[in-house]
Amino acid sequence: MSAPAVARPTSHAGATGAVRPVSFATLTLVEWRKQLDTRAGRWLLVTIGIVTAAVLAIMAIVDGGNHSFEAFLVGTSTPMLLLLPIVGVLAATSEWSQRTALVTFALEPRRTRVGLAKLLSAVASGVVFFLGAVALAALAHLAVVVLRDADPAWSLDAGVLGGLFLMVVLVMAQGIGFGLVLLNTPAAIVSLLVLPTVFTIVGSLIPGIVDALPWIDLSTASEPLLLGEAPDGEQWAHLATASLIWVVAPVVGGLVRVERREVKSA
Amino acid sequence: MITVEHLTKRYGPHTAVDDVSFTAAPGHVTGFLGPNGAGKSTTMRMMCGLTPATSGTARVLGVPYAALPNPGRRVGVLLDAAAQHAGRTGREVLTLTALLTGVERRRVDAMLDLVGLTSREASRRVGAYSLGMRQRLGIANALLGDPEVLILDEPANGLDPAGIRWMRDLLQNFAGRGGTVLLSSHLLSEVELVADRLVVIGRGRIVAQGTKDELLRRAGTFARSDDDAALAAALQAAGIAAERLATGGVTAEAEAPDVARAAARAGVVVVELRAADSRGLEELFLELTADDAREAVSA
Repeated sequence: MSAPAVARPTSHAGATGAVRPVSFATLTLVEWRKQLDTRAGRWLLVTIGIVTAAVLAIMAIVDGGNHSFEAFLVGTSTPMLLLLPIVGVLAATSEWSQRTALVTFALEPRRTRVGLAKLLSAVASGVVFFLGAVALAALAHLAVVVLRDADPAWSLDAGVLGGLFLMVVLVMAQGIGFGLVLLNTPAAIVSLLVLPTVFTIVGSLIPGIVDALPWIDLSTASEPLLLGEAPDGEQWAHLATASLIWVVAPVVGGLVRVERREVKSA
Repeated sequence: MITVEHLTKRYGPHTAVDDVSFTAAPGHVTGFLGPNGAGKSTTMRMMCGLTPATSGTARVLGVPYAALPNPGRRVGVLLDAAAQHAGRTGREVLTLTALLTGVERRRVDAMLDLVGLTSREASRRVGAYSLGMRQRLGIANALLGDPEVLILDEPANGLDPAGIRWMRDLLQNFAGRGGTVLLSSHLLSEVELVADRLVVIGRGRIVAQGTKDELLRRAGTFARSDDDAALAAALQAAGIAAERLATGGVTAEAEAPDVARAAARAGVVVVELRAADSRGLEELFLELTADDAREAVSA
């Protein structure tokens, strides 16, 4: 074959350009691309988009559709906050379920760097999706104002916007964290969807825990954000401690686990 | 250049790799040969920093693999051709590597050409690939960064005979240009076609290493004569272990001149005399790894 001429073990200045270390920016862009270049990843995002649009459409159609821009935006939060973190889970677990970790960590042996690139790119996906949701909510409100004579109500409370934004960032990081800790797609998705809810329910039934719940339960701690209320000092502290348990701890634990784990094909 | 020194990996009481030392030198294709479960893959993963070694060191191009700033540009690695995301296209797999390692995108097409994947095949999802196609994709991925060293685990697995021959040409060409190639296999017939040096491993331990010719010499001599029975008797009389083959001819555990001398003394006409071929090496391989297995049991 004529082909072996392309493989030049000793020449490095030629067709491939200079060898530079892999930058974190490059790593993050590649990890971002990996979220979108598989059918599973694309369909997941398309599905979240469809669910979000469907929620808005239902809100616009039933009961006269007289909702403010802000109400529409808050309406998108449930599907987003529930489903978006799965994007993060898949980014973390598919390396192991699809066994691509062998290639990924052979190309970048600094595994924590890869994990942080996944974290950053997942958060970026969340932010882009959030901006999309804002645009969709605006369209929905415009539609009901124009088509259904709803009252124009374009005011958007900065607290609602900021709170929702912060929640999107938190759940994306949580998805990556659960994925990195469990390294198994079904286990990570189920834990992510079930564990916090079970914790909230069980916690609220046990008298000794109920009072502490805002400090240790993320869904309780994040209620003010989703209601669009500006959290006071203590509520910020609730959010900080609950995030430490449900977001920071899984991310750190997952990064440590991946750093130490043996990368095998089977 | 790959240098492995006293590399050991223990999983609890089980020693998967036991004090393995060898060198794969530039300009050569080194075959890493051993039965399934002998520790080949574990050794290769330790070389690439994917499996932590219990003790010992592995260096690639003079440094531990993980210390290479952009390893994809110095070392081409294929550890498991089947380990690719089923939902990605072949072209996308190579594009990701090109983006990460900073290789020009047009090299993706060049590598697809090199390994014989058509652009239609490249735009199909890897999940639809045969094992042979995945091997070709994996080799393309390993070569993409224009590396100086190739580390390939069972690259011939799933290739048809024409594919193995193609790979031999490719790897020998790569080595001929000063590259270092280490490839593993559990099939001697594959390795012998491709490699010029061999490292034989059994039960985690190196049982033989050297050039293929050296190992073939150890495998003995093959002789065909006008009277194989008489030749075998003459060799045994001279104190040389010899065996008649059902397919004709005699194998002797001695060098060719000694076999010729014994035949001459017995007046047997030898019509063919040469180093034992792959069959001899195959037997040597089985014998070496079986001996090691027995030692392990008695230990």
